[in-house]
Amino acid sequence: MKYLHLIWAALFRSKTRTFLTLLSVVTAFLLFGMLDSVRVAFNSGGSVTGANRLVVASRLSITQMLPYSLDTQIKAIPGVQKSAYAAWFGGIYQDPKNFFANFSVGPGYLDLYPEFKLPAAQRKAWESNRTGAIVGESLAKRHGWKIGDTIPLQATIFPTQGSNNWSFRLDGIFRIDDEKMKAQENVLFFHWKYFDEANDYVKGRVGWYIVKVADGAGSDGVAKAIDSLSANSDHETKAQTEAAFNQAFAKQFADIGLIVTGIMGAVFFTLLLLTGNTMAQAVRERIPELAVLKTIGFSNRSVLWLVLSESVLLVVLGGVIGMAIASLLMPGVSKASGGMIQLPTVLGQTWAVGLALMLAIGVIVGLLPALRGMRLNIVDALAGR
Amino acid sequence: MKKFMINLGIALLLILGLVAWAMLPWYLVLVVVALFVLWLLLTRSGRLAWEAAKIGLASLPQRWGASSVIVVGIAGVVGVLVAMLAMGEGFKATLNQTGSDSSAIILRAGSQAETNSVITRDQVPLISSLAGIARGADGQPVISPELSQVVNLVSKADGTDANVQFRGVGPMAWTLRPKLKIVEGRKFNPGMRELVVGRGAQKQFVGLEVGKQLKLANQMWTVVGAFSSGDSHDSELWADVDVLGPAYQRQAFQSVTVKLDGKDGFNRLKAALAGDPRLKLDVQTTHDYYAKQSEGLTKLINILGKVIGTIMAIGAVFGALNTMFAAVAGRAREIATMRAIGFRGVPVVVAVMLETMLLALLGGLIGAGLAWLVFNGYSVSTLGQNFSQVVFQFKVSPELLWNGLKWALGIGLVGGLFPALRAARLPVTEALRAA
Repeated sequence: MKYLHLIWAALFRSKTRTFLTLLSVVTAFLLFGMLDSVRVAFNSGGSVTGANRLVVASRLSITQMLPYSLDTQIKAIPGVQKSAYAAWFGGIYQDPKNFFANFSVGPGYLDLYPEFKLPAAQRKAWESNRTGAIVGESLAKRHGWKIGDTIPLQATIFPTQGSNNWSFRLDGIFRIDDEKMKAQENVLFFHWKYFDEANDYVKGRVGWYIVKVADGAGSDGVAKAIDSLSANSDHETKAQTEAAFNQAFAKQFADIGLIVTGIMGAVFFTLLLLTGNTMAQAVRERIPELAVLKTIGFSNRSVLWLVLSESVLLVVLGGVIGMAIASLLMPGVSKASGGMIQLPTVLGQTWAVGLALMLAIGVIVGLLPALRGMRLNIVDALAGR
Repeated sequence: MKKFMINLGIALLLILGLVAWAMLPWYLVLVVVALFVLWLLLTRSGRLAWEAAKIGLASLPQRWGASSVIVVGIAGVVGVLVAMLAMGEGFKATLNQTGSDSSAIILRAGSQAETNSVITRDQVPLISSLAGIARGADGQPVISPELSQVVNLVSKADGTDANVQFRGVGPMAWTLRPKLKIVEGRKFNPGMRELVVGRGAQKQFVGLEVGKQLKLANQMWTVVGAFSSGDSHDSELWADVDVLGPAYQRQAFQSVTVKLDGKDGFNRLKAALAGDPRLKLDVQTTHDYYAKQSEGLTKLINILGKVIGTIMAIGAVFGALNTMFAAVAGRAREIATMRAIGFRGVPVVVAVMLETMLLALLGGLIGAGLAWLVFNGYSVSTLGQNFSQVVFQFKVSPELLWNGLKWALGIGLVGGLFPALRAARLPVTEALRAA
């Protein structure tokens, strides 16, 4: 630590070069911070640790609905603590471009999602209103809805009395505190009972069940027991953990992980070359100085550490600035878009991976120049040979 | 202060230059290049610039390590940019090729996609009697009532479940989609539990080889053939609609595809539909229907690709600046000597710029070439509008490659200009005296 001043001085010996290299490192890690956060948010898909939820949907296809009668059977399975059902509605608000998820949910659905925070009074009002709906805070802000407003939705699948016009009264606005899951606020829930009575096509059918597994009960065993309820029927189910369900769904859009890895691979390869070149140049220019250091008593090993710390410092400095900019930028974009785009903030795990990458890159690019500095022969170096 | 103002002015000019460069069509670029070459060959300062550039290029092999930063950095930007945009292009091309202006799809009013639509059996004879629908040689209207189910198949890539469109079609479906050709085996027999599969689906999902049996809706189906159409139907499985419907307990159809009668067939059909109060249906040409499905995703990929490309380009500019500043500093004496023996500012500036641009061009060519080699025709799939997989191929078009090269030269321009100016401003005496 006592050499920090020395390392710092060496780093800014050539200001232009260090500054430009630093900026390249900043952009590389800015990109990394943003892309990796998107990847994490996309792949985590709201799996809450400790929630222990299963999603039970049709095995045949996600558009196939399940009978309502499964509800009591599922609740009777040992290890099931709570369960609720929901059905996709797919309504459109004013214009298809305003897409947000909207579905009807059975009683107790919100009990399964303690992370959705709805004031108790609003919840009571909603439960006593047959045509009531609740929405997430982001969605309400985006469309300027207030409690008591009437929200008209155009049905795309389920007409009511021959018409596509449905309307709901807004009874509550819930919020999610976890930044990572803010995107899930873009949703509207209404009562399944109303959906079942009012739509013209399906009766007594639900889209999927959400099951909370009791602590201590294995979710695999419970999933198997649920699937065996409908084995060999025309409505076979597939129960899987919420995380597995979301991941499979996200993966069908695109393998974001692969794309991010590909892009970052190209970026970091270039970065290695660039900073490696800078460090090699920096050491080449300073050969006489390093020789002087050795002459006044610095050991070979200290010279190695000096050069190595310099390159690590360079990369870490740039990397931390880049990721800090990313974490400032992302909520800014989300805010500026008025809830249209929900970008996640840079999360702890991205920071961890980023810091590990910075250290690794710093060591890799510093190693060769550092070894060169260590092996310097004082006499030759001072003589400029 | 004066120097600062000059630099500010140059930066502004540079931004204007970049904007103009981005908008320049290819033939004007050719004109610019031709003018530049003429200037190099015909005028005195041009010839001097060329001589100066030759000296710089001759010493390039000595600085290969540092110069490769420019080449690799720009290759990375161009490669990623071209690959991302090629993905959007490929998706758009697949959906744009699907459908034609000579056939139309009829859906329930308000439905955005087939999945959401319902057309009851009693509506089909009403539809087939409407005006604007072409008739076959036997006088029957050419229509195909269809039902498409989303089924789960296992993907070859990672063994996870994927949603695939399983389409039941009427006997006229083959006439309606002339692009679709059976390439292996045969068509399914009406009334049998047989199906034909698209080539794209066959490549992406497990168990679709001809002759294999497949369990769908708890019944065994035999794959009797494979077809290829080069559009989004390639990702589908086809069977007889009258077999598929009962298997999934569906009494109604979802869509009716019809062949249009002549050029004004569509307008006549639309008018006829609007005039029949029993039919609350929407009609659009199949071309419009599929083209609309690609809009959102293509736009998203385009924006994403350009944002990522821009950030990477900024990083690459810093890399290029760094390298060229170092090159100019390393050759300070040489450049000072040249200036002392009579090379003026312009040839020196042009020489350094030319060197950077050539390196950038090399990087651009490598990046674009790699993107083309690796990704052209690379097939992937994503979730389309019907909640099912659309298989498509990356399409690295010449236009994209050209765009990539333009980006490369733009980065070279920015990265070369400031070092070139420094070279031209180098105080001759000091540089000559320096060690």
